[in-house]
Amino acid sequence: MMNDRSRDIGPFVPAPDDDMIVCRCEEITKGEIRRAVHDGMYTVTEIRRWLRAGMGLCQGQTCSKLVKGIAARELGISPALLEPASSRAPMRPTEMKVLGREEGACA
Amino acid sequence: MKQKSEVLIIGGGIIGCATAYYLTKKGVDVTVLEGSDFIGNGGSSRNGGGVRQSGRDPRELPMAMWGIRNLWPGLSEELGADVEYVQEGNLRLGKTEKHKEILTGLTDAAVSCGLEVKMIDEDTVKEINPHLSDEVTSASWCPTDGHANPMAATLAFYRKARELGAQFYTGVPVSELRTVRGRVREAVTPDGIFEADKILVAAGYGSRAIAGTVGIDVPMTERKAECIVTEAQPRMFEQMLGTADADFYGHQTAHGSFVFGGMSGFEAFMENDGTTTSTSYGASCTCRGIMKYFPELASAKIVRTWAGWIDACADGVPVMSRVEEVPGLYLACAFSGHGFGIGPAAGYNLAELIADGETTVDLTPFRYDRFKPVI
Repeated sequence: MMNDRSRDIGPFVPAPDDDMIVCRCEEITKGEIRRAVHDGMYTVTEIRRWLRAGMGLCQGQTCSKLVKGIAARELGISPALLEPASSRAPMRPTEMKVLGREEGACA
Repeated sequence: MKQKSEVLIIGGGIIGCATAYYLTKKGVDVTVLEGSDFIGNGGSSRNGGGVRQSGRDPRELPMAMWGIRNLWPGLSEELGADVEYVQEGNLRLGKTEKHKEILTGLTDAAVSCGLEVKMIDEDTVKEINPHLSDEVTSASWCPTDGHANPMAATLAFYRKARELGAQFYTGVPVSELRTVRGRVREAVTPDGIFEADKILVAAGYGSRAIAGTVGIDVPMTERKAECIVTEAQPRMFEQMLGTADADFYGHQTAHGSFVFGGMSGFEAFMENDGTTTSTSYGASCTCRGIMKYFPELASAKIVRTWAGWIDACADGVPVMSRVEEVPGLYLACAFSGHGFGIGPAAGYNLAELIADGETTVDLTPFRYDRFKPVI
């Protein structure tokens, strides 16, 4: 679907809770996420790549819904219209020596 | 929606975004169409972040060297965002005599082009990077190489170009180019026709089908590239790394995580099913490769894996060119996995080519019509 990156979403207005941490793994605040949307990051994927929100140890399992909600509100659209960022293997952080094992059971 | 502009760029990757930025800086009216839903969704955010000269084809070296001398050091300041550029050198590692031969060949070719790169012995490698295993017996060393953050750099170009007035539309795939009175003029999309005086196609492998609609073909294929990312680690080293065998490459990011790419050997034989899904074996074999070079990383945890597609050119060198048969048409594709490091330089020179007709770096080696049959 066409997404016009120059459409008017209004100015960035500072809010009292802008310092609230949303992505705990990477310590990204609500204000940074809102600012990123006004900088043209109109998708959750771009917010993630730009700020690292959802790129930490939990890979966004905690904050992805919150990021989506904040971005949707800033864009003035329903959160249902925003795709979540891709989930990526492995499901849990896995040591190289385990992931690299060619055969045999894990010790 | 703005459907007429001076320049239309098809492809919102680092090449398209950087060209859009340098064009808008010159006062040119630019529209960028990205086929996917995201800016920088192809190779631009799916690469190892290398900003290097060593190992590059002599035809590509002058562009790589020019970009590293003139653009990368000031890029964060220019774009108003930290692109995490680190210039701490590149080590290309060897474990066998055969590797040493490969490295020596690459080094000699680069030295003849004026690049500061040299072969170093085991002890010197260990001085530069004490974490390497004893299996490493030689390396080439290029102190002016480095790395940067591909996602931050691509989006920083986008952000700045947008701020200066470039129009960006994502989710708008171009199916066809059309000429009007002998000049390229229109790009057909599901959202209507976009018109421009000049059109740059910078859509990775997708460029092939788009340029094909006006009878132009660039010989390239798609090759999968896969990477793994570790959790943040204590600072270990700042260099960019590669190997003589090209079995892995990577660096430690500003964040502390390591990003490593690796090869399974099947890359050239994978069919693109329209996704960028990682293979079941890619991450595992990259882990095995890395542990041989860095035993102390065996306990580092992999937090994610990702993959992308490289637009691999028949001769391994990009195409950046005006198209003579189709006036108004420009091509920038087939970057062959090197597009991130030379991205800013490519964008700068493409903007000059499109706006002024003259470029700072000679683009002759990158012409689209250089490919000839062998007999």
